[in-house]
Amino acid sequence: MSPLVIFFASIFTNNMILANFLGMCSFLAISSQIRTSVNLGQAVTFVLAVTSAANWLVYHYILVPAGLEVYRFIVFIIVIAAIVQLSEMIIERYFDSLYYALGIFLPLITVNCAILGVALFMIIREYGFLQSIAFGVGSGIGWMMAIAMLAGIRVRIEKAPVPEGLKGAGIAVIATGLMALAFIGFSGIINIS
Amino acid sequence: MDYVEILQSVGILSGIGGTLALLMSVAKNTVGNYGECNITVNDDKVLEVQGGETLLSTLIDNGIFIPSACGGKGTCGYCTAQVFEGGGEFLATEAPHITPKERENHVRLTCQVKVKRDMKIGIPEEYLSLRQYFTKVESIVDVTDKIKHLTLQLAPEDAMEFKAGQYVQILAPEYENSDEEIYRAYSICSSPDVKDKLELFIGYIPEGIATTYVHFHLKEGDDLEIIGPFGHFFYQDTDKEMVMAAIGTGLAPIMSILRYMRNHKIHRKARVFFSARHKADLYMMEELLEIQKEIPEIEYYFSLTRPEESDNWDGLRGRVTDTIPQFIEDASNMEAYLCGNNAMIDAVIATLKEKGMPEESIFYDKFE
Repeated sequence: MSPLVIFFASIFTNNMILANFLGMCSFLAISSQIRTSVNLGQAVTFVLAVTSAANWLVYHYILVPAGLEVYRFIVFIIVIAAIVQLSEMIIERYFDSLYYALGIFLPLITVNCAILGVALFMIIREYGFLQSIAFGVGSGIGWMMAIAMLAGIRVRIEKAPVPEGLKGAGIAVIATGLMALAFIGFSGIINIS
Repeated sequence: MDYVEILQSVGILSGIGGTLALLMSVAKNTVGNYGECNITVNDDKVLEVQGGETLLSTLIDNGIFIPSACGGKGTCGYCTAQVFEGGGEFLATEAPHITPKERENHVRLTCQVKVKRDMKIGIPEEYLSLRQYFTKVESIVDVTDKIKHLTLQLAPEDAMEFKAGQYVQILAPEYENSDEEIYRAYSICSSPDVKDKLELFIGYIPEGIATTYVHFHLKEGDDLEIIGPFGHFFYQDTDKEMVMAAIGTGLAPIMSILRYMRNHKIHRKARVFFSARHKADLYMMEELLEIQKEIPEIEYYFSLTRPEESDNWDGLRGRVTDTIPQFIEDASNMEAYLCGNNAMIDAVIATLKEKGMPEESIFYDKFE
């Protein structure tokens, strides 16, 4: 399958949030303002691009030859954590404005399930190196799109008469569900899962 | 599975972890190493520091104490300073603690700003002599039913240099009524000549976090952290006749000034107006009268606003604003030291101005 197809599929038909419901904690927690949610989305996209490449290399050049595939969960998590730390240091040093735009979000992303999800999916679906990177970047953009849309909805919901018990995360989950239903409409176009 | 395989897998996993750890420490020493940076403080002092840490911890390491209650987590909002150059962009984590007006004025939260390059910062002059002191509570004595007289023991090498009239902040730690550490200011009532001890008067305010802590939780022998000295209210070395006025715990800085005058045998004419509700609320009387014996130029005007029958009070009545005009006709060449709550200070300033005292001769410390 062409990396380009995987790229668009991971944005629209196989969106991390709307199709797989991964990365929900930060999705719900940091979606009250469009600006901050876009910043978080940028950070997720960046980390996904780097970690999907790194994890692919580690998996195929170290774990598979040594027959240690069962340890991929642990190894992926360590690699993600280390890369996030490293990229934070590099960005802080050389890319001032990007560092301030991402702010505290970068270190938080280590524990975003979508990141580990991408690493595991690319192994299960047996992607090649370029396919994995396309999948990582696409998933990141898809995640950013979903969180920005939810933030847009939540900004408006602020002023709406929401029942007391549904305020906050409750109505956000319902809104996410409706968005997911709308995105099912795309699912017939391409399917990569 | 034989042992070789087990050892091999352990080795490979440790190898991955170890390589990443090595990579991180290399990065920390190359990418994360910011080298020497110069911090110019108040256009005057230049600090040569190692970059990479937060501004707050860098300043503390260099002996400039910026108050912080949360220890650099960005939650208390105390550790502000002006950063004119080299502070980078304003961060989202600072926004809750810095008003838009302060932001325009270059105020930043020093625990969030990192030292990455040469910086220019501005901090209040008084912070430059600020320090943290770890004291031991030597004694707590009730001087009235609402005021406690605290004596704190400073470590021998920790002598505090301050001016008579200045104040310190004590740190009330977390306790049952309060889930965060807070700093509260109290005037020093001991003389600056006594280097190893510090005395404070602490009044009880219902629901006050620090006062409740001192009145009901702090015990003799406990440790108490303080920072200081603060304040622009202190003894001025002039020849003018002094007018001092105090109510309640406002006696503390006045006491410090009087003790200082006694220790230095400063024979300056001084009138001290001290007013309270009942006779039992006039405290430290014995020592005040002793000071008068040594410095006879000091005159006391004690007054009661609501003397009780049992007080047998035949002295002055009324507030300090009632007694001051009775004894002062022309205040134009006098100097005033006022200490009490907002309402009292404002009223006394108005009274003294009416008597011709110029505003620049009036020094005061408003207790909130």
